[in-house]
Amino acid sequence: MAKPKLKQHHINRDWCKGCGICVELCPKNVLELDDQDKVVVVRPQDCICCRLCELRCPDFAIEVETQE
Amino acid sequence: MAVKDYLRERFFPHLWCPGCGHGEVLGGLIRAIENLGLSKNEIVMVSGIGCSSRITGYVDFHTMHTIHGRALAFATGVKLARPELKIIVPMGDGDALAIGGNHFIHAARRNVDMTAIVMNNRIYGMTGGQFSPLSGSNISASTAPYRTIDKSFDVVELSKAAGATFVARATSYHAQQMTEVIEKAILHKGFSVVEVLTQCPTYFGRKNKIGDAPEMIKWFKDHTTPIGSKAKQEHPELIERGIFVQQEGPEYCEEYQKIVERAMKGRS
Repeated sequence: MAKPKLKQHHINRDWCKGCGICVELCPKNVLELDDQDKVVVVRPQDCICCRLCELRCPDFAIEVETQE
Repeated sequence: MAVKDYLRERFFPHLWCPGCGHGEVLGGLIRAIENLGLSKNEIVMVSGIGCSSRITGYVDFHTMHTIHGRALAFATGVKLARPELKIIVPMGDGDALAIGGNHFIHAARRNVDMTAIVMNNRIYGMTGGQFSPLSGSNISASTAPYRTIDKSFDVVELSKAAGATFVARATSYHAQQMTEVIEKAILHKGFSVVEVLTQCPTYFGRKNKIGDAPEMIKWFKDHTTPIGSKAKQEHPELIERGIFVQQEGPEYCEEYQKIVERAMKGRS
């Protein structure tokens, strides 16, 4: 199976509460919180599409879209 | 369908605190239902009172938000009336085993076909951080400023002893395993219990100085181990996770139908 390739991260800023779970538990350190405590993607090129951020986000605020 | 198709999006963002594990359990539950390909119309979700019980408001199934500790009693009624539906009962630790302790053991004993999900954050969050029967000893809570004395229940051992035919434990760190276990619990014919260890950063984490939500999630990684692992032999204090019991037994609704037929003596 080919490695999934990132298309984009979908972030719902209205739903994100800035708990930092995705930032802290991302194995590749792709995400950060901005000055408003909302998650932002700072290193998309490092994303391996493991979806751990999506699976662990308690607020359904981040989604990883991969290329078909 | 996508995860969001199962949500009542008009109620989002949800009311749970930042980093609360209940949102993760909701995600795991919905992914399990999505993987099983169940339709929204064949699921009934029944909950009681507490932070965790607010979960029924956010899902687009048939839902009932009932009284404290009595969700399993309402769910038993729904199942007996409409045995073709899948019943899921999400509960908090206090709702399931303190206020609803009696309902819990008797639902397990009867082996009614439904899935109880005990979201165990070891504290009463909604009412301000009082200790629960799952807090355990030496825990700081708003009602235990000098720490608790009580030992906690072991949900797995209690469910086994009460007669549940499917018993499992998962954590909010192990999100994929949580989804797999919930899938199996929903498919199981009989009373299934899934204990999910979740974090309450607002009360349990803060009062016991475990740290913020990410720190609490990592605690589950460091303090749990798969059933029967070598690590458990070396470190007996680790909490085991996985499926502890999966067995067949006479299911209550089916047995009840037999009684109906016997009483009617074929006249119906």
